[in-house]
Amino acid sequence: MKLRFALVGVVLLVVAGAFAYLGGWLTPRALTPARFIVAFERANGVHAGFRRNHAKGLGVSGFFESNGNGARLSRAVVFQPGRVPVLGRFSLGGGMPRVADSADTVRGLGLQFSLPDGETWRTAMISLPVFPFRTPEAFYEQLVASRPDPGTGKPDPAAMKAFLDRHPETAQALSAIKNQPVPSGFENTTFYGLNAFRFSSASGQSTPVRWLLTPMQPFETAGDAPAARDPNHLFESLITHIRREPPRWQLVIVIGQPSDPTHDATIAWPADRERIVVGTLTLDRAEAEETSAATDLNFDPLVLPAGIAPSDDPLLSARSAVYARSFTRREGETKEPSAVTAADVRKGK
Amino acid sequence: MLPRYAQFPAFSRLLHWTMAAMILTMLCIGVAMVASLGDYHVLLSIHRPLGIAVLILAVVRLVNRLINPPPPFPSTMSPLERRVASASERAMYGLMLALPLIGWGMLSAAHYPVVLYGSIHLPFILPHSAALYATLRKAHTILAYGFFAMFLAHFGAVLFHTLVMRDGLLKRMAPWHATQDASS
Repeated sequence: MKLRFALVGVVLLVVAGAFAYLGGWLTPRALTPARFIVAFERANGVHAGFRRNHAKGLGVSGFFESNGNGARLSRAVVFQPGRVPVLGRFSLGGGMPRVADSADTVRGLGLQFSLPDGETWRTAMISLPVFPFRTPEAFYEQLVASRPDPGTGKPDPAAMKAFLDRHPETAQALSAIKNQPVPSGFENTTFYGLNAFRFSSASGQSTPVRWLLTPMQPFETAGDAPAARDPNHLFESLITHIRREPPRWQLVIVIGQPSDPTHDATIAWPADRERIVVGTLTLDRAEAEETSAATDLNFDPLVLPAGIAPSDDPLLSARSAVYARSFTRREGETKEPSAVTAADVRKGK
Repeated sequence: MLPRYAQFPAFSRLLHWTMAAMILTMLCIGVAMVASLGDYHVLLSIHRPLGIAVLILAVVRLVNRLINPPPPFPSTMSPLERRVASASERAMYGLMLALPLIGWGMLSAAHYPVVLYGSIHLPFILPHSAALYATLRKAHTILAYGFFAMFLAHFGAVLFHTLVMRDGLLKRMAPWHATQDASS
């Protein structure tokens, strides 16, 4: 009787233990979305209500006009000829919502395409042609290495050097990034989809792809632009551009070959890969974060319509998981006003 | 003489075991996915349609519960135990309806598309609202842990009856047709 009573207890403990194991409580050293967010907060400080990365931003909206050229590769409704509304958010990389604009900071563009059949496509793009980290673990290591030293208030250069020594792919990606001239503003920046994806056609054929947005505004290097000291000058210049003539980008699909790596965002595909223009994005309205619907939206790169699927890139699921955790945290916090305010948007020349 | 253990009707038992497997899977996926980087997307892709399936079956089950009342409690259960069992049954019915509804509601409030499979998706049932999302997201977690605790209590009670008291209580809900034998 006692033995059987104990057996009941043991069975319950095993079941509860298995549940705890699945929840990660028995493996506190494993890398989880929550630990990622803590690493962002340690590197940048906690800024309640803001995204833990790409914290400084501005809402935008407009439309995407598909020319139908993408339809042979993907059955996604967004590639049928026609126009779909787009909601978006321009941002600067890093977790500081009030950081001064700087040409060297990574620029981001999150987009949501609202398809006529009610489906949604979201993509979170950045201004880097390749991503500096191959795996979520490498990204995390870099976040830890870039933690400000309590003594100097600056990241420890030795920690960063040790990180780069361990990750030659990061050093290589960073040199590829440095070779690119930096454009003067958001409006003439090329935005890259960061990861590879897979398109599936109506006949069921699967194609590895990457995508990018190439600006139709003339290129001008950041160095040639008049010196601007306003801490929001990149955003203010964008607001002015949108007011004068809505900036446009061509959505370009790079078609991968079966030999092209889809699991490694640090490596660009060969330059001779076929590229097709599938449509034009026009952003004709800027809106401050306090009223923009983009503020309370998670630009999760795995919100995909039928016809676009994730690749085997390990960053994709991790991005989805960490963005979701960041979103859940900030939605429950009281948000301070954003750096770029509604008044800034109104006074755009 | 009446059988000591009348069984639940066959359809009730089918619903019970199907949903037991689904709900336990949902609780495990839910707790695992929030701690996972690499499997997050796949787990979430299963969590959404499975949750909606639980919601649909929960409605079917509630209707079935009203049409097909359960057999009487066995004589080995004290009046207090019967009250606890009835209350926990009501709570679990509430949770199997509320958890998927809250999940659907919180996705709606966050404007996450509620994709079931491919292009098949559900409409939003709540307006886009940060505060609503935050509240429902928290409630989803708390109630899910509560549901797991209820499952453990339910499982533990049945184990206790089956292994310690050996009163054959499990036969009421056994997936097979149990012989209704007074000497059992």
